[in-house]
Amino acid sequence: MITLTVNGRTHRLEIEPATPLLYVLRGELGQNGAKFGCGFGECGACTVIVDGEPVFSCLLPAIAAAGRKITTVEGLGTPAKPSPLQAAFIAEQAAQCGYCTAGMITRAQALIDRNPSPSESEIRAWMEPNLCRCGTYLRIIRAVRRLAEAWAKAHPGAPEEASR
Amino acid sequence: MRARWIIAAIVLLPLLAATGYGIAAQYPLIDKLENAPPRSAFSRKLIADGARLAAIGGCHLCHTAPDGADFAGNRPIPTPFGTIYSTNITPAPGSGIGQWSEAAFARAMRAGISRTGRHQFPAFPYPHFARLSDADLHALYAFLMTRRPVETTQLPNRLLFPLNQRWLMTFWNILFFHPASSRRDPRHDAEWNRGAYLVAGLGHCGDCHTPRNLFGAEESGRKFAGGRGEGWTGPALPAAPTPWSTAQLFHYLRHGWDQTHGAAAGPMQAVAAGLGQADPADVRAIAAYLSSREPRTALPRGHSGNAEPAAGNRLGAALFAGACARCHAGGAPMLPPHGIDLRLSTAIAAADPRDAILTVLGGIRQPDGRAGPYMPGFADSFSDRQMAALLSFVRARYGGGPAWRGLASRVRALRQGRGQS
Amino acid sequence: MSAVSPSRRAVLAGGGALVIGFSLHRSAVAQDAAAPAELPGDLAKEPLLDAWLRIGGGGDITVFTGKAELGQGLKTALVQLAAEELVVAPEMVRLITADTALTPNEGYTAGSHSMQDSGTAIRNAAAQARRLLVARAAGLLQLPAAKLQAKGGTVVAADGRRLGYGELVGNDLLHVKAAPQSTFIAAKRRRLIGEDVPRIDLPAKVAGGAAFVQDLRLPNMVHGRVVLPPAYSARLRSVDTAAASRLPGVLKIVEDGSRLAVIAETEPQAIRAMATLAASANWDEAPDLPDPANLFETLAALPAETVPVHDGPGDMPSGANVLEARYRRAYQMHGAIGPSCAIGLFDGDALTVWTHSQGVYPLRAALAQLCGLPLAKIRCIHREGAGCYGHNGADDAAADAALLAMALPARPVRVQWMREQEHTWEPYGSAMLVHVRGAVDALQHIVAWDYTVRSSAHATRPGGAGNLMPAWHRARPIAQPAPQPLPLPEGGGDRNAVPLYAIPRLRVMYDFIPAMPLRASALRGLGAYMNIFAIESFVDELAKAAGAGAIDFRLAHLADPRAKAVINTAAARFGWEGFFRAEGHGRGFAFARYKNLAAYLGLAVEVAVDHESGGVRLVRATAAVDAGEAINPDGIKNQIEGGILQAASWTLYESVRFDRSRILSRDWSSYPIMRFSQAPDAVEVHVLDQPGQPFLGTGEAAQGPIAAAIANAIADAVGVRMRDIPITPEQVKAAIGV
Repeated sequence: MITLTVNGRTHRLEIEPATPLLYVLRGELGQNGAKFGCGFGECGACTVIVDGEPVFSCLLPAIAAAGRKITTVEGLGTPAKPSPLQAAFIAEQAAQCGYCTAGMITRAQALIDRNPSPSESEIRAWMEPNLCRCGTYLRIIRAVRRLAEAWAKAHPGAPEEASR
Repeated sequence: MRARWIIAAIVLLPLLAATGYGIAAQYPLIDKLENAPPRSAFSRKLIADGARLAAIGGCHLCHTAPDGADFAGNRPIPTPFGTIYSTNITPAPGSGIGQWSEAAFARAMRAGISRTGRHQFPAFPYPHFARLSDADLHALYAFLMTRRPVETTQLPNRLLFPLNQRWLMTFWNILFFHPASSRRDPRHDAEWNRGAYLVAGLGHCGDCHTPRNLFGAEESGRKFAGGRGEGWTGPALPAAPTPWSTAQLFHYLRHGWDQTHGAAAGPMQAVAAGLGQADPADVRAIAAYLSSREPRTALPRGHSGNAEPAAGNRLGAALFAGACARCHAGGAPMLPPHGIDLRLSTAIAAADPRDAILTVLGGIRQPDGRAGPYMPGFADSFSDRQMAALLSFVRARYGGGPAWRGLASRVRALRQGRGQS
Repeated sequence: MSAVSPSRRAVLAGGGALVIGFSLHRSAVAQDAAAPAELPGDLAKEPLLDAWLRIGGGGDITVFTGKAELGQGLKTALVQLAAEELVVAPEMVRLITADTALTPNEGYTAGSHSMQDSGTAIRNAAAQARRLLVARAAGLLQLPAAKLQAKGGTVVAADGRRLGYGELVGNDLLHVKAAPQSTFIAAKRRRLIGEDVPRIDLPAKVAGGAAFVQDLRLPNMVHGRVVLPPAYSARLRSVDTAAASRLPGVLKIVEDGSRLAVIAETEPQAIRAMATLAASANWDEAPDLPDPANLFETLAALPAETVPVHDGPGDMPSGANVLEARYRRAYQMHGAIGPSCAIGLFDGDALTVWTHSQGVYPLRAALAQLCGLPLAKIRCIHREGAGCYGHNGADDAAADAALLAMALPARPVRVQWMREQEHTWEPYGSAMLVHVRGAVDALQHIVAWDYTVRSSAHATRPGGAGNLMPAWHRARPIAQPAPQPLPLPEGGGDRNAVPLYAIPRLRVMYDFIPAMPLRASALRGLGAYMNIFAIESFVDELAKAAGAGAIDFRLAHLADPRAKAVINTAAARFGWEGFFRAEGHGRGFAFARYKNLAAYLGLAVEVAVDHESGGVRLVRATAAVDAGEAINPDGIKNQIEGGILQAASWTLYESVRFDRSRILSRDWSSYPIMRFSQAPDAVEVHVLDQPGQPFLGTGEAAQGPIAAAIANAIADAVGVRMRDIPITPEQVKAAIGV
């Protein structure tokens, strides 16, 4: 029996402790956001947020996720009521096929959560583990910058690049 | 290490200070050149030879800052005594070496004295470079003087007093700097001798692979017995669970990995990337020399991969199955260099878990667009306790040697160290 | 001039026969050209209006397309067209995409054809439906049609009376053949066409909605995994299935010749059983791949059929300045981020397959042969996958799902390939060679051009089961049929092989290699990527030899004002004149019209070359594109931006690695592609809208130009000409020296 807390809800699951979190999210919990891309931690399509850190769920055994706070893209917002970052991805039309999108959003959210106004170079460095094959990197950067600029506007006294 | 050094320095300081300035003054300034020599002063072949030698010396590694101009310095070099910023070795006349004559360059390389007569810190490996032949120095000079000149503002070193006193190097040199030119060993062939010369000199392998005394000098009696580089272990040369053949070592040094020994990690990754640009004959010579040496420490061969030794560590077993097995289990779909058989891993066989911890925390990546060994880092995935369970499982199952002790606290310490550097 | 005359080009753009993969389209093209009163777009293939558009009694509108959403924004653009012409809000339109039970047969979604073929058909169908609705309302209300207006799902009279579309449509109003001409909503009344309507599929994709075939969960679904041979040549010698069959959840192990697969209750169980099975399999394999060190020598020596693409005089006039060059391109892969996936369900009689194949109808035909079922007993339904960029593993995975479903009837079987399976078994873009000679005269004119391109096939899509990889491994295998060159004018390896520049003596040949040392098929742009790279690089070389500037030289050899417009716009917006050349930086230009009949693209780039490493970075790119009438300008920009980044990645980083028997590019570290840190600082795309003009496909327009523009910029930056793709740091460093 493994207890997982996903998007604020607690699930008690009869699963093999070695099962990668990705398959628990998709199989046991019926989620769609985290995607299988490579299974080697090379593409980031499966990224979820665990205790504030972006993690490859394809390589995170369920036992290692037990008792930690797991946030998936489903936990940020819904199609009808997207979160600010999800709304920014829509506003910038920051996708083509969209297969990498959920992983991009979760990784970017972990950045925004610690630094609400990251610079372009901080965004690039942070997002490096995630791959997009359609070539929408610049739109994704713009989507994250859109949030960063909105934050900076709302906090005129704050330094240009808020620190951690 | 740092504390002991400070105590030693305080004891010695009054003694040395009295004579220090006088001795230091013996190095004269060497006149500056009006202009850097033009490219036409050197043959194309000479410059190309210099480029291949510079790749062995790794000049670019220390003298190029992250995102900085090539050879323009200001890369922070962590030492036990503080941070040293590398210098600009482009031919820029102001902040670089554009006004250095070849004589000034040779003295800096071989004696650690800059053109103006100032001591350099031995973070710059002049004790090794002292062995360089005139011909190789000439080629290196030609190469560096034909780089793109870039003027920079040198960042000040961040060393603790009194370690920031350059004149102290006078005594350091008296105690520890005994330049010797490489002598040919007639029992071995030319390739072996070339390898010995490159390893001891230009390659300055001892910098990371030889232990240092409390003054930061390499211990002369324990050559290649294993040292430290940028927080990583520099394993004893050669040491591995399986002996290195010349061909295997050549492949490793050229490509950063070898099927029977695994992938370079930590600072060795960049060293191997440099050797990939060197003259293959020189790299083969280095491999021939090193693989001929008796192993300093024989690492135990790993277990045959049966789970027995790891019994009882169910957490470690589950973590391995979920996070590592896709690449490292028998029958895994990956080919070397991705996911080698861990029984062959030097880091897993080593007595000290340092490199294993650092590799699992940070992974292995290649620079932009390059194909090569890859491993994701697990720093954000696993807690210290989980990391300890995983490593102790891997050690028991694949490592062969006695169990690693105090893993969780080692992981914690190294995790914090990573965050800082 | 080019082989394609303007009038013929226009006919083809309108007729839009889909050419990929079907040699029979050779004749179809000819018929299209001859037909006098042609129906627009794919109405020519399926003329009944209600095949495209249905309106229910409640006024609900459903639009049908045989094309598939591949991430190119097709759904949004088609909804825009239908909603515009029916004068309704986009939310009122439901769109059904490629499904053999429901939608027209529009062949493959490929070749940047969707807007020409399906977009044109749907727009015309919607406009004609609107006229029929208005006409029927006119009859019922006894008013002249001119006094009525369609609006918001109703037809409204000036006196306020209104009738809903649902009331008007009846049973048969739309069950009529389309007319050749339509009256579109007047430009001033347009609300949607030409607007940046947001993608209708994004809200689900950003928030974890079920958007992909990978996300489809059917009741009682089980999971299949395949064990693929470790090499093309590998044949199964022996396997011990005992261990795998004892694993928890395993329902079935399939052993059929060299084909191995498992079905288990859950996905991790299937993966574990797959790994166990793989570990217990022994294979015989042969070193039958070319020596990678001599790949191009091997390709040059393979027998080839010569296709005359433009059979003019190829000799160089005496007295002119003659240049000669050879260009090469490595094997490159599609590299979808999501490995191929499909779900099969066999109920004992009929087979249903959910697939991200680009062609559900051709796939159905191939599956019929593979599974021994009549066509009528198979339904293929498109569901989105990750972007495919051409023929990847989608159809093969569909075949896997079909075979596993047949092996375990009554339960839906979902199969997803592993990363290493996609990397090693997908069909690659063929390696290519170009040899060109050209001459310029003292007046800075190109006076002669003799060009030969050589490659393996660029389309081996299913049509028959022999092009489905699983068919090769069965105990009774179906061999892959001999590939055929794709017919002109679109062509395959010879796509875009004819320069659009005015050249008096012009000869272009295609040496088609029937053999495939590595499995190859359609990769975005097909031969156009390499041909445009070679042509636009060589044009720069000729311009330099003639002492002319890159922009002026191109303009002087072009008459088409639309071609000139994209060149002038891209150059001006980039700041071509007055470009500040920082140390190690350079500017480069390229132009092409995709397939010589689709979108026009002018492209200027800046690159930075690192002297010490030879590494090349794309700093920025500015493109101008003329795609005819722009339905969704931001959609076009997204396609061009994405194409620039993707093909920059091909050009700078990508080549499939292999040894004498196996593919070694098994993942993203052995086949690196562009990451965030390598993405350019900025890409600007300017859309030159041509209201009223036919749609011109844009999806592949940027692939070739970006390769050439990068090479031209490298030459400008450091004075060396790079002719081999990928342009690796080693290659550049070797060329610039120490």
